[in-house]
Amino acid sequence: MSQGLTLLPPSATAAARGTDLLYLCLVGFSTLIAATFIIIIVIFSYRYRRNSRANRDNPPSHARGLEAVWTIAPLLVFLALFVWAAHDYVQQAKAPKDALQVFIVARQWMWKAEHMNGRREINELHIPIDTPVKLLMASQDVIHSFFVPAFRNKRDVVPGRYSTLWFQADRPGEYLLLCAEYCGTDHAEMKGRIIAMKPEDYARWEERGALHPGLAERGYALFRRHGCMGCHAAASSVHAPELSGLIGRRVHLSDGSSITADETYVHDSIMEPQKDIVNGYEAIMPSFKGQLNEAEIMAIIEYIRSLGPGQIMGDRP
Amino acid sequence: MITRASRTAFASDDMGVRSSGKPTASSYLHDGYSLWSWISSHDHKRIAILYSLSITSFFFIGAMAAGLIRMELLTPAADVVDADTYNRLFTAHGVIMVWMFLIPSIPSVFGNFALPLMIGARDLAFPRLNLLSWYLYIGGGLFTIAALLLGGVDTGWTFYTPYSSIFSNTHVILTLLGVLVVGFSSILTGLNFIVTVHTLRAPGMGWFKLPLFVWAIYATSVILVLATPVLAITLLLLAAERVFGIGLFNPALGGDPLLFQHLFWFYSHPAVYIMILPAMGVASEIIPCFARKRVFGYKFMAFAIIGIAVISFLVWGHHMFVSGQSVYASMVFSVLSFMVAVPSAIKVFNWTATLYKASITFTAPMLYALGFVILFLQGGLTGLFLASLSIDVHVTDTYFVVAHFHYIMVGGAVMAYMGAIHYWWPKITGRMYAESWARVAALIIFAGFNLTFFPQYLLGYDGMPRRYHTYPEQFQVLNILSSSGAAVLAIGYLLPIGYLLWSLRHGKPASDNPWQATGLEWTTPSPPPQHNFDQIPNGAAEPYDYIPEKGVQE
Repeated sequence: MSQGLTLLPPSATAAARGTDLLYLCLVGFSTLIAATFIIIIVIFSYRYRRNSRANRDNPPSHARGLEAVWTIAPLLVFLALFVWAAHDYVQQAKAPKDALQVFIVARQWMWKAEHMNGRREINELHIPIDTPVKLLMASQDVIHSFFVPAFRNKRDVVPGRYSTLWFQADRPGEYLLLCAEYCGTDHAEMKGRIIAMKPEDYARWEERGALHPGLAERGYALFRRHGCMGCHAAASSVHAPELSGLIGRRVHLSDGSSITADETYVHDSIMEPQKDIVNGYEAIMPSFKGQLNEAEIMAIIEYIRSLGPGQIMGDRP
Repeated sequence: MITRASRTAFASDDMGVRSSGKPTASSYLHDGYSLWSWISSHDHKRIAILYSLSITSFFFIGAMAAGLIRMELLTPAADVVDADTYNRLFTAHGVIMVWMFLIPSIPSVFGNFALPLMIGARDLAFPRLNLLSWYLYIGGGLFTIAALLLGGVDTGWTFYTPYSSIFSNTHVILTLLGVLVVGFSSILTGLNFIVTVHTLRAPGMGWFKLPLFVWAIYATSVILVLATPVLAITLLLLAAERVFGIGLFNPALGGDPLLFQHLFWFYSHPAVYIMILPAMGVASEIIPCFARKRVFGYKFMAFAIIGIAVISFLVWGHHMFVSGQSVYASMVFSVLSFMVAVPSAIKVFNWTATLYKASITFTAPMLYALGFVILFLQGGLTGLFLASLSIDVHVTDTYFVVAHFHYIMVGGAVMAYMGAIHYWWPKITGRMYAESWARVAALIIFAGFNLTFFPQYLLGYDGMPRRYHTYPEQFQVLNILSSSGAAVLAIGYLLPIGYLLWSLRHGKPASDNPWQATGLEWTTPSPPPQHNFDQIPNGAAEPYDYIPEKGVQE
């Protein structure tokens, strides 16, 4: 983190350099336009000052052709800009399938990260470089925004839904993590570090945390402790949906619609079970609001995800 | 201070008249001298004065909050105020500047004063309603001030949920009430202007004979009437959630936080055009007058105003590119945001072309108008960065956005407001201000403004988020530049208070038409009589019928 005057923050992803390229082109374009107009205004101001002897014969009051040109020319430039920027945006919106997943829980005023192997961090996130990393983010209270200037990327973390953000760092280093959405008293202190490491260093770092049970393992324990087994285990006599292989599947609801069972759907089903009832089932599930926090729900989701199609509910992950 | 000084100036006007040797004319300023004669007046000109005094007071309250913010940001650490105070300061700055100053500024002061005169009317269509608007404005202002005095509010002027509905323990409801009441003032004022323009134009004055200022105020009024009710509904829903726990925006109660953002920006984006369209109208009056030339492409300019007003309703989603709205929604809002830049660009081109083969005098109003064009151009160009999806992801909620909207709202709207004060000052007060002082102030404001806000673009791209009380050290150099610019800007804004008040007593008496301007407001005495015109004027003249051969004689 350099001191003094910097015009571009460090960049650590290819996407960031793509954004910089568009930014610098736009800086060039707008400097050119602004300079042209300021120069024209200054020239006219001097040439046509009150007592000058400039030729003022037949001052034009309008010029259709010229006006058409300066309507259509900006329009074309703007459309080109739109296409360029939208293209980059769409790239950033879709995470690759094989991305390394990390859960992030935001709360006033800290960032908590939960790695797959159960390792947890606060206000720090260790990631391997040259690997796509996908963050699945939830907020425990108000809206926050996960902002890493070096990645030229940010995403609001909105309570009640999962937000995702992905990136692929290509330079090891420490990068600033900031909260960009105002979230109360210590908003400005909700800062942290992204520590991008070479894959072998990351593997070493990850091993050191392997003392904790994995995230899915923790979810399994929660699943049993909160009595989910009583209904959702394959052997249960209660008629409840089978959850193995659920994530990513199409689910038909009792109101005739269907929905893809993503993380947000599972989250809602635990907190607001009356909202989307699966077709053919009674609405008998109680809400777990107030009993599970965001990190615990993430662990349960990870447990459900960990069960392959060959496994049945109640198996260890 | 302002109120007392200017009231004295108006009240003792008989002395001023004697010294100038003019016969005691009957003008709206002489229509009673008591406080009651002012605050019960139905005269649009007096109501404009009431607005100008109250709006100016709010401007300086909001500016003081900004001053404290800039002082705090001189160093990376917290040293002037604590975090909670800082959060209350930027909220107060935003709420006051947006609703108590910018939205009513040009429409309520100069729309009120000049619009009836410009269309040859004796008053607005509903004079009593006009006075009610002012009382609503003051009422809303008092709620806001009360919230401030009781300890303030810390949600930011955007009131994002669920922070504002559940988590903030400050005076949210009182502030919401203030904004809600001021909103009704906006709606009534807008309605009044719409009906006035439709029904009270002088004989012969067709729509394409209207000065562009009237077009701009008309378009603004349509936005006020259509958009402000959405704000009222949104604020009431927010209050319902906060007070009664009805789940609308809070996900814990089954609500959706993004619903609030959609509703809020559905009003607040058009609100940006409520602030900038009247400013464009002012520039379109001043530039032709001091260039002695018909505004270039009059019809094109009028259609551009309407185009901006219409598209302004369709771009609100560009505030939510990183909020989680769908990728397709973001793309539609992005392309529409580029579209709204087209008519804005046309206006800049046409103002520039107006200077071609002109005969230009650089009076203070002209300096403000040219400053407006240059700063608005820069604000517009940086708008292109924000409309570009991938760049917006990086710079949204950073100082880049702060710089961009200050270029539009301060560089644009406030510059034009200052230009309007100087342009119509002789008509309003019957006195000339001190020209050289005014030119110096205009240049100081221009320089101070750029020094304050240009570094914030760099700061934003460098990654400094907005609403930060403390910040990482690498941002300090640019923050020092910005804060020193704010000091220069403060001097620029204080100077006019001095020389304008001075002119009320000592200024040279103004002739009816000191700028040799076209427009009906200049055909009546300065200051105008109570009912504006002795005879209803003929409105058939072409607008901006200037001849470049003769410059304005100073």
